[in-house]
Amino acid sequence: MTRRPRGREERSVGASIALHGTLLMAVTIALFPVVWVLLASLKPKSAIQSSEVALFDHPTLDNYHRVLFDTNFPTWFLNSVIVAAFTMLVGMAMSATAGYALSRFNFPGKRSLMWVFLITQMFPVAILIVPIYTIMASLNLIDTKASLVIAYCTVAVPFCTWMLRGYFDTIPRDLDEAAAIDGLGPFKTFWFVILPLARPGLAVTAFYTFLTAWGEVAYAIAFILSDKKLTLGAGLQQFVPQFNPQWDLLTAGAVLIMLPASLVFYFAQKHLVAGLTAGGTKG
Amino acid sequence: MTTAISAGPGHEPGPAPAARGRVRRLLDRHWYAWAMVLPTVLVLGVLVLYPLFQGIFQSFTDLNETNNRDVICTKTLGGGEDCVDNPDRAQFVGLDNYVDLITGERGKFWLLFTNTIVWTTACVFFHYTIGLGLAVLLNRRFRGRSLYRVLLIVPWAVPAFVSAFAWKFLFNPRFGLINSVLVDLGMDPVDWFNHRWTAMFAAIVTNVWLGVPFMMVAILGGLQAIPSDLYEAAEMDGASPWQRFRNVTLPGLRPVSSTVILLGTIWTFNMFPIIYFVTGGEPAGETEILVTGAFRAAFEGLRNYSLAATYGVLILSLLVVYAAMYRRVLRSRGEVW
Repeated sequence: MTRRPRGREERSVGASIALHGTLLMAVTIALFPVVWVLLASLKPKSAIQSSEVALFDHPTLDNYHRVLFDTNFPTWFLNSVIVAAFTMLVGMAMSATAGYALSRFNFPGKRSLMWVFLITQMFPVAILIVPIYTIMASLNLIDTKASLVIAYCTVAVPFCTWMLRGYFDTIPRDLDEAAAIDGLGPFKTFWFVILPLARPGLAVTAFYTFLTAWGEVAYAIAFILSDKKLTLGAGLQQFVPQFNPQWDLLTAGAVLIMLPASLVFYFAQKHLVAGLTAGGTKG
Repeated sequence: MTTAISAGPGHEPGPAPAARGRVRRLLDRHWYAWAMVLPTVLVLGVLVLYPLFQGIFQSFTDLNETNNRDVICTKTLGGGEDCVDNPDRAQFVGLDNYVDLITGERGKFWLLFTNTIVWTTACVFFHYTIGLGLAVLLNRRFRGRSLYRVLLIVPWAVPAFVSAFAWKFLFNPRFGLINSVLVDLGMDPVDWFNHRWTAMFAAIVTNVWLGVPFMMVAILGGLQAIPSDLYEAAEMDGASPWQRFRNVTLPGLRPVSSTVILLGTIWTFNMFPIIYFVTGGEPAGETEILVTGAFRAAFEGLRNYSLAATYGVLILSLLVVYAAMYRRVLRSRGEVW
């Protein structure tokens, strides 16, 4: 909430119109591509590939039917769910404990560790992907979901640790002290006192990890070879090859991918905003 | 602080007997902190630092798809395997890869470099300015504020590759909506992906659309942390809205801004899916950026792992130099960061 509870709220009519006008335009731009893909997914193939602009054109669920029953899309979807869920679990477990330690304790090596986390953000996929590929190959993990989970953790863990540390910083230290006086050790304090309080922050990070894995493509394209094991990011591009792209399948698939993500997002966004700013402003 | 926790029973930090070594004392005091960061450190060590050093090493070799095995194994009749040392194993070639890349002998480093700079600068500029503008608007109190906010962060919920396809669909030269609108307005349709800068434009539009919500939310958080008495004081002094924005809002946002701009630059520099799917490097690789170029070197055609690693090292060095300079500039302005 803005902290200006004063007479400034009386805005002139012109200013009001300008404000709402700008925001409405921004909302239109923000929503438009999504809405347009949704509308296109309901059109028959011939109507998608015509240059006539029409909101509705013989609406049908045929595209969805074919994506779900005639392609590997459901398998890719399931693969993505599994990979994202495991990435989330593993990533959260590691980043929550590390984030707590970084937030509460002063220990030798802390500063350099924080630097490593920040610098890891700079690592391009390009420099890690080949060595990780060779490691996976020597462990016989190429073409498995495990290889993706492991690779995604390298992306998610540093950032989540950083974010969760910011969140833990906002939880008063008095609580730790009280717990210590009650005889709880650091691990029990973390588990019974801090974790329950940090739920919104954990929700944000969990959600962030999930979306990272859900939307990643470079590793997925490089590591997964067989069609049945692809995740959504890598699989979807099969619908739009250079020649003869199948936009009917693509648009329906895109809507199906956006649906669960947007739903979770809708419920998480309140926490997301609070959590991200807590992590972001503390730096 | 350590004191809060070490006051608990069992971890007295008190003066340790001289007989105990320094290491032992450190362990006693900090073992739980170290235990908590250990999994993360291990994972980062095995999966980030080790591959990093391996990548740097690979950039000095001629490693590719054909010479990456140390031994060659052939199946024998009995079902066993016969292994011999690979005669043409990858070899150390010194700085050859770097020289080749920078002189343009192999790959198109400078083209990709220019593209990357244009791409990053344009994207981060629009992310920040549009995000700031929207955040300032949303920071007022008015009817429907939270609805606007929810709707405006929708692009964030869309996975990058999906929005890449969505925009590629809109920019489609034959039946895309954008060209239809252009034609309706009496203009010529544009063959977006047949020219370097129009293709780049399409990719930048996509990425700006995708990245603004994050900036907006982060900056909104920063705005709400600016104490309102500053605004009141400025208003008392007769500052105009623009002066209030310049002298209160912008300085108040600096900690957030410096973080999000640095992060945003790094993320955009390394943004893979948008370029890969929207332009696909079209026309003829002219819109490739460094990251996608490296990926193609490693996984398309004859897989040239060492060249990809060289790209990787160059990208990383560029970013490290950038971050160091950025920090120095902030420091010289007296900011603790």
